[in-house]
Parts: sequence; structure tokens; C-alpha cells
Amino acid sequence: MRKHWGLLGIFMVVCIVTALYGKNFLTAYNLMNLVQRTALFSILALGVGFVIGTGGIDLSLGSVVCLVGIAVPWLLIEHGWSPWAVVPIVLAGSALIGLAHGLLVTRLRLQPFLVTLCGLLLYRGIARWMTGDQSQGFQGEFADLRSIAVGRIPVPGLETFRLPATTIPLIVLAVIAALFLTRTVWGRWLLATGSNEAAARYSGIPTARLVTGAYVACSLLAGLGGMLFIFDVGSAQPSDFGNFYELYAIAAAVLGGCSLRGGSVSVVGIILGTATLQVLRNSINLLGLGSQLEFAVIGAVLLAGVAADELVRRWHAARLERRGAG
Amino acid sequence: MPSEPTVRSILRARGIGRRFAGVTALDGIEADIRAGEVLAIVGENGAGKSTLLKILSGVLAPSSGSLEEVDAQGRARELRLRNVAEAAQAGIALVHQELNLAENLDLAGAILLGREHHRFGWLDTRSMQAEAARWLARVGLDLDPSTLCGSLPIAQRQLVEIAKALSANARILILDEPTSSLSARETERLLAMLDELRRSGVAIVYVSHHLDEVLAIADRAIVLRDGRMAGTLDRASMDRATIERLMVGRDLPPTTARPSLDGAPARLVVDRVVSAHRRQRPASLTVRRGEIVGLAGLVGAGRTELLEAIAGLGHASGRISLDGRPLTGTIAERVARGLAIVPEDRARHGLFTLDPVRTNVSMAWLPRGAHAGMVDHAGERDLVVGMITRLRLRPADPSRRVQTLSGGNQQKTILGRWLAVEPSVLLLDEPTRGVDVGARHDIHEAVRAAATAGCAVLFASSDLEEVLLLADRIVVMHDGAIAGEFTRDTATEVAIMGLATGGTLETAR
Repeated sequence: MRKHWGLLGIFMVVCIVTALYGKNFLTAYNLMNLVQRTALFSILALGVGFVIGTGGIDLSLGSVVCLVGIAVPWLLIEHGWSPWAVVPIVLAGSALIGLAHGLLVTRLRLQPFLVTLCGLLLYRGIARWMTGDQSQGFQGEFADLRSIAVGRIPVPGLETFRLPATTIPLIVLAVIAALFLTRTVWGRWLLATGSNEAAARYSGIPTARLVTGAYVACSLLAGLGGMLFIFDVGSAQPSDFGNFYELYAIAAAVLGGCSLRGGSVSVVGIILGTATLQVLRNSINLLGLGSQLEFAVIGAVLLAGVAADELVRRWHAARLERRGAG
Repeated sequence: MPSEPTVRSILRARGIGRRFAGVTALDGIEADIRAGEVLAIVGENGAGKSTLLKILSGVLAPSSGSLEEVDAQGRARELRLRNVAEAAQAGIALVHQELNLAENLDLAGAILLGREHHRFGWLDTRSMQAEAARWLARVGLDLDPSTLCGSLPIAQRQLVEIAKALSANARILILDEPTSSLSARETERLLAMLDELRRSGVAIVYVSHHLDEVLAIADRAIVLRDGRMAGTLDRASMDRATIERLMVGRDLPPTTARPSLDGAPARLVVDRVVSAHRRQRPASLTVRRGEIVGLAGLVGAGRTELLEAIAGLGHASGRISLDGRPLTGTIAERVARGLAIVPEDRARHGLFTLDPVRTNVSMAWLPRGAHAGMVDHAGERDLVVGMITRLRLRPADPSRRVQTLSGGNQQKTILGRWLAVEPSVLLLDEPTRGVDVGARHDIHEAVRAAATAGCAVLFASSDLEEVLLLADRIVVMHDGAIAGEFTRDTATEVAIMGLATGGTLETAR
């Protein structure tokens, strides 16, 4: 937790400034929305966090969100499939996408950046082609299924604020991820692989299997996220659904202290990073800064965050150097 | 000889101390550097040698004490060096451990870098080459001054560096681990050349881990321990045991006697294995239960490749078996069968440098201590604390980042990772390179203990002294093939070198 004080500070400052100078920040409706978006994006960021932890990257997850998010209403409404078939099929499909990424990276030794860049183009292209680039939606049906994402859980003692249902899968996934990373042998080995792949291999760690597993987890969570996103919004365009989501996820993970060199992942950091980004987007809106500025602000904050982190790291390293010299 | 009349003090260190951020790295160092003498500085890693060299060569300023320049009449005056250029002005030159010759320059250009001859603004190549040739001859190199530096082997580059220092009028030549990448023969040649320089009145400061070199060349030696003077020795009082005792601060206990291997069954059998080495020919060898086999040979003889082939790293053909069952598959599968490998390049292939000692040591042990895939944190703590004590790892702090440890302690960390799983086969590649005397002793003892417990040990080392000290049997490789083998009793340095350089067993003996 100690290493997240800086990020927590930024988060608090943005919240306070927006609450003081913006309209409607502290309304129940706005807060519910913020929690909802944070939960959904955190699921994506957790997935990419695993891949980043191995020293890789996944640029394709926005397109996986799109493919799955479009495929669910397309199969349910256009083709009339049963939800009992559709949900397992799309999740298995996402896992297969991750498996393909993992095998290309570990067996063919292709660069993760390249593999997933091709994925980014490929899956969106498929989504657009199979639907004829037509908007897909639930047309008011499947309300039960969609309540997984749009449902609101009453909180005792609060009248207007009800907790978005998506926080439940997030909490479950976050606890599993945190336990995996800090308590299990495989979690330790995953991070070891990220911090020095050769040393991990020389230590007898099955690095290829772990890296492949990370890509599977990432795409699977992207698929799950895509499903929850489409349940939330109801209908979407294949051409823009999930656009840039990979960048929100990567930015959140990096803000949350995951090093792109691999080897360090923090579940708390990832969720806090996602929350910070979502509050920033929200405050740009509420402060009337013009939503055109959104990317510029996020870019600037991210740059400032990583630059500060790097400076602190160097200062620390220089101190160690001075102490260890002789 | 030190009794020659040319010997006189030219530079003195008076109570030199240096602190970094409140930590004392050096304290009260006294040194007398004399023209026509070789002064050796010895000490374990972290004893303060590099800091002292940096102060002598103007890279660092001392926090206390001073340097004194002594003139021919014996008058001393304080010498303040603010940078390397001022040290060069004062005739002090440091030849670095890592060589830094510009590879794309020819020898004349490299030697006279910054002092190029010119006429009307044009480089005067001919006069530069003539001068460079003189300096090259001085260090015993018969090379065309227009040769490119990049094309020279390391040993010759070292000599070029020395020629460069001499050409800049160096009166005091500081050599930091000059033989770390030289073969035995090249080392001998370097020492002979230094002896000649000494006779011509140059003062030489010689820093080395290799005590036999120090004993061969030094007129006097100062021993550092924990940043302080542990002792000053002259020729008469200088012997290996004394130096080691002063360096380590304790008497090294005698090495454990090796038990008899009579009747020990074969544990690791390597049958006609051909590794990825470009000239490797089929290699066969057997390591018995409890036996320590040393792989000797020159750099590039294929020892590392053979060890990696056994470990399942890289492509290889042939058959390997462990306790009678074939040993195949990935390295992860072989490690699960009881194989362990301590790689040559510990930073790249061995350590998680940013992580603490704790996770580095427990890495391979984790599945053993795990319950349903969950790490046993209490067991891990006990394991690591026990391993730190067993290997005398310093500082004894499981949360210390491996990056900040000395070479010897880093090596102990990797060894500890494997001792924790009690391997059946332990492969070590250069187990004590860049490791100081005390740590080397500890590592050797730990390897002997593992063997006594039944482990089959196969190690590769370029250090003949280490091979003779540790191995029960010595297998010599030359140019990708096994050239022959010796038992502990029949082996000598000369015989091993004979085989390693392409001689036959008959001529070697």
C-alpha cells in the first residue's frame, strides 16, 4: 500500500477539486456511474496487468471487447441462440484468442507488441465483417441477463446510492488475482519470469506455460469485460465499441505501479489507477473543460506519473549506489 | 629488485578516508607509492579497493586525509586532484578493469588520443605511427600501429592501454584486476612486462584477486578489510596464508577431506552428447554418486555448452541419464528430476537482481513447501534464514536486494537456491568467478558437503587452482571435445594446460 500513496494523493486531489468546482460530482447518480465504469475497466486492467507482469503487452483487448460485445447480442438476437450456449462459447473463444497470443509469443518467439497489434486489427475486422458493420443490441430483451451489469444493489443506510452489480465480479476477481500473485507458487513464478526471464528458466520455472497463461487470463477477462460492457450499454457499433480500451487498461496498470519491464504487479494499484482515470474523465466533463481535451489530460497525467516514478526510482538507486560503493 | 637505488617515494596517501552518505567506505589508509616498485592492494570485494583507486586517480576526492607528492629531494607537498585530467597531469594513470579503447581507432590513434600530432591542422599520421610504434615496443607488442583496436584480443588491448598511459608520461601506473580476462600464458607475459617497467623506474599499483600474481610481482602489499588497513606487508613477510588471514580477518579452516568414492554408483551418465557448440564433437562422461568432477579447458572449449546441453538448454543430441533413467525434456522437467545449474553469468541467467535474497533463494524450493499451490511463508522464512547461516551470506538480511550484494554473496544466493532442493546433480559454471577468498572457501565447502550427501557435482572452471582444489577427477576439454582426464593425484597445472591447449595425454604427462 505504501507505494500507492502518490497515486492515492492524485486521486483525492482530483476528487476534491471536482467536488468543489464542478456540478453534480457528489450526486448518487454520478457516483454510481463512476463506480460502474471503474469496475468494468478494472476487470480489463487486471487482465492486462498479468501480461505486463510477465514483461509483455496486450494491445488487442479493446478489439476482444468489441468482438465479444458484438457477438453476444448478434448470437442471441440475430441467430436466436440460447444464453446458456452463448456465454460459455464467447468466453471459451476469448480464452482461445489468448492461447493463440501466448503460443505465438512463447513458441514462435514473436514480439508481444506485434502479435497483439495484429490481434487489434484482426478481431475488430472480424466483428465488423460478421455483422455487416451494423449496430447490434438486445432490443429490450434479456433483461435478466443484463441485470448482471445494470443491476444495482441497495446499500443499507443509503437511500439514493445503490451499488452497481459489476462490483461483485470485480471484487471476486481482484481477490483471486491478489491471492494468486502474492500467495501461490505460480504467482511468484509469474513475477519472477517478468523480472528476469532467463534466470527464471535457469531456475527450472516453466516460463512458457506461465506466459501463455497470462495471455489467456488477459483475453478471458477482456471477453468477460466485453460481455459486461454490452450488457451495460445495451447496443453498440462494431466500428467503435471498445476503441482505445486497451490503452485505458494499460494506462491504469502503469499508473498503478506495474512496470512495463515486467516483474511487478499490484492489484490495489491497478484498481486505484483505473479509478483515477475514470474520475479524471468525469471531472473534465463536469468542470466544463470540453471532452476534446480528455485524451490530452490523460496523456499528461500518465506522463507526469511515470516520470515522477522514474525519478524517485533513480534517486533511490543512486542512494543505494552511494551506500554500496567501495 | 627493491634494493636498486632508483627506488624512492613519489606519492603518499596520508590517512585517506571516504564517506558516502554517512557510510564509511574507507578510513585511515596509509600508502607509500615508490618509483621502481610494485605496490599491491589486496582485499575482498567491498573492502574499499575501488574507492581507494578512484581517489588515487582523481575520480573521487577523499573526505579526510590527503595525497602527498614527493619530489626528488624528498620534500612532500599536498596534491589535490579534482579530476582525472589533473591526475594525468601529475603522472598518474589508471588502467581500468573494463577496457575502454575506442574500437574503431587504429593503435596510433588510440594511444595518442587527445594528443594527436598535427601539421597545419592536418593529422601527421606518419609521425603518430612512429611514436606509437615506440610505445608498443616498450610494452612488448610487435604490432603495426595502423591495426584497428577492435581486431585485437583482450590481452593485447590491455597492453595497448598500458602503452597509452606510458605515452602520456605516466610515472604511476595503476592496474585494476588486469588479468581478469587473460589466460595463464598472457598473464605471465604481462607480469614480465611489468617487471621491466618497474626496473625502468615506473611506480606500479597492482590490484588483483589472484594472490599468486601478487606474490610473484609485488615488492610490498597493503591489505584492506572493511575499508581499513588490515596490514602492510613487505617481500619478506608476504606469503599466501598471511595475506588471506589479513583479508578475511579469520583463519580459513582447512578444507574438508574427501571421502573415498570406492563402489559409488554412477549417477549422471552423459553418452555421446553433441551440444550447440559450433565444433563440438560427441562427449561422454560419468559422474558418480558423491563425486565432484571438474571440467577444465580454455575459454571457448565448449564446457558451458556441454553443461547447458545436460541441463536441457538449447539443442543437443545424444543420451543423458540420471540414476539409470533417461534425463530428457525441458530444463523445468529436468529440474523436477533433481537437476540444478548455477550459470556462468549470474546477473543475466541467475539472479532476480531487484528482488530480495529471500525470494531469490526460495525460488526453486517453492513447490516443495507449497500446500495446494500456496506458498508456505513461514517455511520459506526458516529455509532462507537457515541457508544464510549455512553459507555465511552477508549481510545476513533476507530482505536485502540481491543487487546490493557483493559477487561472492550473489553467488551464494544462487547456490543456496539449489541447495534448498537437495539436488541429485549439481552443475556449476565458473562457480567462483569474481568471488573473494573467504566466499570462495565457503562455496567450495558447501559444494563438498552437497557431494558428501550424495549429489553428483560437475563444474566448469577456467581457474586451474580451483579445479585442482575442488575436483576429485578432472576432465579436460579442448576445441569442443574431451581431450582426456586426470584423477586428483595425477593432475598438475602443467599437465592440464597441455591438454587444454591441444597436446595429447602422452605429451602432457
